[in-house]
Amino acid sequence: MIDDKYLYRLEKGETFHILDQDGSANELDPKLPPDVLLKIYRMMVQARAFDEKALKLQRAGRMGTYPPLSGQEAVQIGSAFALDKSDWMVPSYREAGAMMVKGVPMKLQYMLWMGNDWGNRIPDGVNCLPVSIPVGSQTLHATGMAWAANVRKEKNAFLCYFGDGATSRGDFHESLNFAGVFQVPAVFLCSNNGFAISTPVVLQTHAETIAQKAIAYGIRGYRLDGMDVLASYVLAKDALDRAKKGEGPTLIEALCYRFGPHTTADNPDLYREKEEVERIKKEKDPIARFRNYLVKRKLWDDQKEKALIEEIDRLVDAAAKEAEKAPVPTFEDLVRNVFAETPPYLEDELNYFKKVSGGGKP
Amino acid sequence: MMMNNVQAVNDALMYEMGRDPTVMMMGEDVGREGGVFRATTGLQQKYGKARVVDTPLSENGIVGTAVGLALNGMKPVAEIQFSGFVFAAYDQLISHASRMRQRSMGRYHVPMVVRMPFGGGVRALEHHSESDETIYTQIPGLKVVAACTPTDMKGLLISAIRDPDPIIFLEHIRLYRAFREEVPEGEFTLPIGKARVALQGNDLTILAWGAMVNVSLEAAKQLQKEGINAEVIDLRTLKPLDKEAVLNSVKRTGRVVIVEEAHRISGFGSDLGAIIAEDAMLYLKAPIIRVSGYDIRFPLYKLEDEYLPDPHRVAVAAKEVMNF
Repeated sequence: MIDDKYLYRLEKGETFHILDQDGSANELDPKLPPDVLLKIYRMMVQARAFDEKALKLQRAGRMGTYPPLSGQEAVQIGSAFALDKSDWMVPSYREAGAMMVKGVPMKLQYMLWMGNDWGNRIPDGVNCLPVSIPVGSQTLHATGMAWAANVRKEKNAFLCYFGDGATSRGDFHESLNFAGVFQVPAVFLCSNNGFAISTPVVLQTHAETIAQKAIAYGIRGYRLDGMDVLASYVLAKDALDRAKKGEGPTLIEALCYRFGPHTTADNPDLYREKEEVERIKKEKDPIARFRNYLVKRKLWDDQKEKALIEEIDRLVDAAAKEAEKAPVPTFEDLVRNVFAETPPYLEDELNYFKKVSGGGKP
Repeated sequence: MMMNNVQAVNDALMYEMGRDPTVMMMGEDVGREGGVFRATTGLQQKYGKARVVDTPLSENGIVGTAVGLALNGMKPVAEIQFSGFVFAAYDQLISHASRMRQRSMGRYHVPMVVRMPFGGGVRALEHHSESDETIYTQIPGLKVVAACTPTDMKGLLISAIRDPDPIIFLEHIRLYRAFREEVPEGEFTLPIGKARVALQGNDLTILAWGAMVNVSLEAAKQLQKEGINAEVIDLRTLKPLDKEAVLNSVKRTGRVVIVEEAHRISGFGSDLGAIIAEDAMLYLKAPIIRVSGYDIRFPLYKLEDEYLPDPHRVAVAAKEVMNF
């Protein structure tokens, strides 16, 4: 259990933190076993490589609009590692890293951003919703799903991701309010990367922090260093464990930074100084921070790094190629999935489509 | 058992909650008070606070969390106190409830019912008389039911709860206590997507749903005195529509009056007119006429009778198509 001194207090917000940039850890280091630490590192590197590849694919016209995640690997990978297999993930559109930890293959995620509807088909057995594009609307689904777990007396927890922009929307307030009233086992993780597209967080809310909003709903609220993967893991684990014990929901505000644009459709040079981005990359890169920790613990070296990068580059390239070659649904696949049983008017529309399009090919 | 519409809704919920422990009732004031129309009376006493839930006052919260409940194995029946307040939840209906199955390519589905009192004619406040069916019928992935009689209300509501997809279940406020009829007890369902011939006739077809069915039946009575035998079709389900029932009747009578309480422009009646024009054009002996509400906000109650279609307006339209 996290010491209450890290619970957000209205007078003074403390930020939960374990790792410094040089890799030294404070007394809260969970001392995870080496194999777990190396898995975490591997997924962070993979998330970054996935992201960089996606940007290249988009620039080359091989992928549609894509929302980059670089800079947010720590909060995503750390928190996702805190989930048990039976727990649920309710992601926003920027959680490719968290989703791959949960078991959604890279290939599927590339397919999604390549405009292939099969990309949203989460594999059976992976407890993760498809990404939610309308900002913050998925927070209500997390509350509802967690509520159902209470009614059905299941001991799962629900981890819901969203950004700082989402906290301006009614859905966020409604979901936290319902979650508090019904004491549901949900953890709301706000990746506060400082910008909703171009709008800085100071124009998003006049509150000093997002974490303090938890007070209004009578739930726990924490502020987290979201560039610190160990802190992200420990805090998410604590909140999820408490949820499963029936202690209700938690709001976590993870302070982080996205290195790239909001999506490939916007130009961050219009709203951020390049120097700021470069400085934060240099001073706070979550991957470098964690690598320093691993090196300090003699679990990592340049040779291992080189081998890992080469291996992951191959995996990422293969996933992208497979995604490009993956079959897209037929028009009929779409029609058949509107309802459990296709009503007559959709049969008519399908027949019409087949008539005018030469046999039902997309 | 003799029941009115409110009792039929209550009976359907009572029965289905007893049969299926995953059915949940949720909404503002649905628990202790039994809902503002008392449609959920006694449910909480019988099934407890975990399954019959007084929620915070938040339509979007109700519909959005119902989506989550449905995604995780429950069958939520969400009550919106008046349909005029559902617009705050429109995003959850259009962006999530209705599209989860298709966008997840069949992995997830949202078996939920949103029950809403709709329609005018009871001298209610502003925002309490809305009749905006088209706003739901336009959303792919939603089914829209608008029953008229207590028997239909019970049979269709049970079917709606058992349906694996999200359903908007519209209950006309004016009909809640308007009349009673014998309703089958216990297990009883009616298929969603099937219309009912409320009155047989050969001279013209009147298409209606909700309270407009009774208005049309009244008009048909007047017309009978003048020797005109109208057929009144109660659509019961707007989506999926029983196109066959509509076209069969229209092809036989060759004359059509569509009666709806909604605003005229882009109302569901416009769609009915287009379907008939596409599929039964050559059977028509006269233009299709719509009797509808006007394209103004629903008036305060001193003028609501001017707004609402009544038997007289329907009869005038019927004579117009007969005399064309």
